[in-house]
Amino acid sequence: MILVLFGVSCIVFFISHIIPADPVSAILGGNAPEEAIEKMEEKLGYNDPLPTQFYNFITGAVVGDFGVSLRTNNPVMEDIKRYFPTTLELTFLAMIFAIITGLTLGILSAVFRNKMIDQISRIFSIIGVSMPVFWTGLLLLLFFYYKLGILPGAGRIGFFSSPPDHITGMYLVDSILTGNWSAFKETIVHLVLPAFCLGFLATASIARTTRSSMLDVMKQEYIMTAKSKGLKNSVVIIRHALRNALIPTVTIIGLTFGSLLGGAVLTETVFSLPGLGRYITQGLLSLDYNSVMGGTLYFAFVYSLVNLIVDILYAVLDPRMRV
Amino acid sequence: MEARANLLDVSNLNVVFYTYRGVIKALNGVELWMNKGERLGVVGETGCGKSVTSKSVMRLIEEPGEILSGDIIFDGRNLMDLSEAEMRKIRGNEMSIIFQEPVSALNPVMNVGFQIAEVIAKKKNTRIKKQYPAAAEMLEFVGLDSERVMKMYPHELSGGMAQRVMIAMGLAPQPKLLIADEPTSSLDVTIQSQILSLLDDLVSELGNAVMLISHDMGVVAEFCDKVLVMYAGNSVEYASVKNLFRNPIHPYTKGLLKAVPRIGRIDELKAIKGTVPDLVDPPLGCRFHKRCPNVIDICKVELPPFEEIEPDHYVACYNYSSDKGGDQ
Repeated sequence: MILVLFGVSCIVFFISHIIPADPVSAILGGNAPEEAIEKMEEKLGYNDPLPTQFYNFITGAVVGDFGVSLRTNNPVMEDIKRYFPTTLELTFLAMIFAIITGLTLGILSAVFRNKMIDQISRIFSIIGVSMPVFWTGLLLLLFFYYKLGILPGAGRIGFFSSPPDHITGMYLVDSILTGNWSAFKETIVHLVLPAFCLGFLATASIARTTRSSMLDVMKQEYIMTAKSKGLKNSVVIIRHALRNALIPTVTIIGLTFGSLLGGAVLTETVFSLPGLGRYITQGLLSLDYNSVMGGTLYFAFVYSLVNLIVDILYAVLDPRMRV
Repeated sequence: MEARANLLDVSNLNVVFYTYRGVIKALNGVELWMNKGERLGVVGETGCGKSVTSKSVMRLIEEPGEILSGDIIFDGRNLMDLSEAEMRKIRGNEMSIIFQEPVSALNPVMNVGFQIAEVIAKKKNTRIKKQYPAAAEMLEFVGLDSERVMKMYPHELSGGMAQRVMIAMGLAPQPKLLIADEPTSSLDVTIQSQILSLLDDLVSELGNAVMLISHDMGVVAEFCDKVLVMYAGNSVEYASVKNLFRNPIHPYTKGLLKAVPRIGRIDELKAIKGTVPDLVDPPLGCRFHKRCPNVIDICKVELPPFEEIEPDHYVACYNYSSDKGGDQ
């Protein structure tokens, strides 16, 4: 995990320093006096040799110091703390949606193989994998917000309502903790579309993996044993087959989490949610390297953390993995 | 029709499998019967329908297979008339089955104790947790150290241990009929004899009927009371073990016994000429006629009936049939 993170830091660092753009003149404008530019470059450390800059970046990153954002003038870590809860809330909601619908569809597909429900869920999956997140998002907005007007279009919470007291930064959690149910309801309503939009893609791949691994497991001899015990079909499927079939599915869930974080960048932009994804995008547009590097690295960190959890889950699910 | 035996009477069982190559006519009117407490050996070469027969008896044939017709009278009820829910009450309760590959027949993510307790709990209609002591008792019964094995997972067991666990699982509900589908063929020889004698002891103690599926004539001779010989989806000969080995009648059985090595035997082992027919397109008439040394005309067009030609000795062969089809 540490190696992975180091690799990611190298990549983000070098990519952002190779880009032929000049953040200093972006800040000061094209007509800035020579000495102001020099002063700024000195201040930001751009006059140091690249290895020194890299060293400073890495040593800072280890303790969570990514420097100061050029755009917001806050330490990047503080910005991350402010923006990440939105992203986390969104991805979690999308993930929960994806896991529940993906598993259900996958199991139903496998059990009623080649029947109507299987066909429908396969079409659903194909659509899910093929539609780009931003396009799905726009379509959803067009339909539910513009045409039907039943769901809000942008933001985390209604314009005139105040957010719940800040505890974790995740409005859902905060509103539960403070018992602020109207805020809870409003946040949920605001998150339905983005979470669905983001979860759609993940649902599709989870459903497909579950279907194929269920089909594979159902052919195994121990399923025949379970049936020969006279167990109900539902018991055979859920108790005996599903636990075995979940092992490959869990891998996919971990991997999909990565694409969800990536998708969050697009979804947040489409639905104007103030999340980390949008923070990075805006940082990139204004050549704010510190925030881009910090945000990306933070994403990578979360992603590897999730996959670490997945690895631990393996051992819980499959006794053969326990050593 | 009067039942030929008081536990199980299978007649005219037809099972097919639908595949891309065509319809496999796996069982073509199998006849089989067993009395309570009796041990029947079902022998025949690979692909002759032994396992399919055993699964059909429990109605465990699944897509793409189908039981086309036949009667399975078990303990007074025709299983073919029962609903799936009624069948579930019989499975793992009055009938249980032991499979060939014990390690893959156990669920890899559940410990042994749970898997045995599950079947007992199902029979007694209690929670699974409550049956752990009973499961431990079963493990002791099959000669395993229950304290250690209860918590073990299938991948931690050796083949012999796993088969003991399977036997414990099969016998736990005290079924009237235990089907053992080649219980020893995946084990090495010394373990084979251990498992077989264990099964022998336990079954003698409990008095269940056992249907032993095997391709090993020696195992059957040692273990069973009665033998049914199958060939390409047909029952071809049925007799008591003694009778069959001393006086085989069907040309296939004769051929089979000539191919069995025995200590002291000095003549050459003879293989049966030809190969097993393709069951997508089986030969017309007796399915053995192309390989049969005593073939007569009628064998090529009509399936010989399964008839009692001497007391308790049934054969499906026109050479011995009272009905010669008018040819002779």
